Amino acid sequence: MTAFPIEKIRAEFPILKEKIRNKPLVYLDNAATCQKPQAVIDSISHLYSHEYANVHRGVHTLSVKATDRYEGAREKIKNFINAKSTKEIIFVKGTTEAINLIAQTFAKANITKGDEILITAMEHHSNIVPWQMFCAETGAVLKVAPINLQGELIYDQFEKLISDKTRLISVVHMSNALGTINPVKKIIAAAKAKNIPVLLDGAQAIPHMTVDVQALDCDFYAFSGHKLYAPSGIGVLYGKQALLEAMPPYQGGGDMIRKVTFEETEYNTLPYKFEAGTPSIADVVGLGAAVDYLTEIGMDNVAAYEAELLDYATKKAEQIEGLRIIGQTKEKGAILSFVLDKIHPHDIGTMLDSLGIAIRAGHHCAMPVMDFFEVPATARASFAMYNTKEEIDVLMSGIEQLIEVFG
Amino acid sequence: MFDDLRDLYQEVIFDHNRSPRNFRVMENADREVEGFNPLCGDRLTLFLKMDSDKIVDASFQGSGCAISTASVSLMTEIVKGKTEAEAETLFKQFHEMTTGKEENVNLEAIGKLAVLAGVREYPARVKCATLAWHTLDAALKNEQKSISTE
Ligand SMILES: Cc1ncc(COP(=O)(O)O)c(C=O)c1O
Repeated sequence: MTAFPIEKIRAEFPILKEKIRNKPLVYLDNAATCQKPQAVIDSISHLYSHEYANVHRGVHTLSVKATDRYEGAREKIKNFINAKSTKEIIFVKGTTEAINLIAQTFAKANITKGDEILITAMEHHSNIVPWQMFCAETGAVLKVAPINLQGELIYDQFEKLISDKTRLISVVHMSNALGTINPVKKIIAAAKAKNIPVLLDGAQAIPHMTVDVQALDCDFYAFSGHKLYAPSGIGVLYGKQALLEAMPPYQGGGDMIRKVTFEETEYNTLPYKFEAGTPSIADVVGLGAAVDYLTEIGMDNVAAYEAELLDYATKKAEQIEGLRIIGQTKEKGAILSFVLDKIHPHDIGTMLDSLGIAIRAGHHCAMPVMDFFEVPATARASFAMYNTKEEIDVLMSGIEQLIEVFG
Repeated sequence: MFDDLRDLYQEVIFDHNRSPRNFRVMENADREVEGFNPLCGDRLTLFLKMDSDKIVDASFQGSGCAISTASVSLMTEIVKGKTEAEAETLFKQFHEMTTGKEENVNLEAIGKLAVLAGVREYPARVKCATLAWHTLDAALKNEQKSISTE
């Protein structure tokens, strides 16, 4: 493999030149949201400057151009995750909306009182709360598969929780609080054996590895643009065509219909059936540009480079006395969640910020995970392909300094 | 090292964080209220012993960041012996100091609490400092058993 073009990549992210409190920015909060390359920023500004109009509506030239850009992005995303068809790529606001969409359409049509939905104990709130709401409304039952102290799904127990009543399995592909990558292939195989559809929350996985929805054979895959070097406010729900065809629509309005009279409405075909109203056109185009950018670098190269970063960071962190890594499985993406003896994560966050280092301190929208590890919160450094070992050195030296100050 | 942070993390704060004052469960407390900041997981229980409208004892339990621990520790010290009305006035002053206009703060009344003035430059940390006081406010008003900053 040729060397990862880290210098070139860094130069393409303008924000990385910012100074924070007079120090060079060390941005390690990528799991919350990551920064945007010039290509993405330019794609949006180019659209608004030269090619912007509403999509799917006009006969005029600009509308045709905007529609081409918009649908072109859908094609790019289809290729990026290797979906069979652009009909399977539904644009939504983000992972949260994608999961809520499934709860309000697929689940409403297929899951009733007494049926079970299976999740894991490491889910983000967005893969917990929609199901709790759904269960409260319908009398369905939410089952939660436990994790162990390494932060791994206890697979045996997960499998035991798959029952004759399980109607949906919804699992995080990679945990944002722990970094754990779940054994999704095994999970999907077990689900297939019982004909149970699987939804993967890919919010964290997608920026760190090659995702091939056909190889995975998952039924639904949800992700957010803003964690994939693309704008916020845009995300994707992938669904197998046959399932999407059979599902009732989500929101009603323009674009999702083919024919409306006051007596009756005929819904549009896929993917438009699930895209009511004027979409976030420029953000979709930005997502397309991000996907182009990543395709050129190659997701396998990104994964290999980030694995090196994580390994380096983990080894360094293990040498710091009083530091405990939360999430210690071998199957891990580029996230280092940790706590320090007697120093609260919020203090860690503020102290590191004064050195120009941005990390996340908090519960990471995964309060049950915090409860499980009996910590109020953790500090989390999460890496992206533009981070470097030098930045990890800055982080580790910052941690050592603040331990000293707290004494 | 951390020069920018001197105003926020003063030595007094480290001291109260290391050895918080009045850190104990109070048997026979007249008021007991839990304060919670869901954003960072800070959680404290405040205990008050009252003699009609006077706070004769204050203590707390819980876990939080250095700012919130120092804030509640300092607060339990300063409110002891104060009437409800005096404590409420202090709360208003504290609030002004952390979020309002500097010139409205009576430095004499605020006393030792002035070490927490630094949070005003750190909007993300203001709630850490004010959690204790919101909890006290709820305890004095005797309204709830539990309050939350969110
Ligand atoms: C694992 C996981 N799932 C879901 C989400 C929600 O994504 P969004 O807020 O973009 O909808 C996140 C974002 O933090 C996440 O990390």
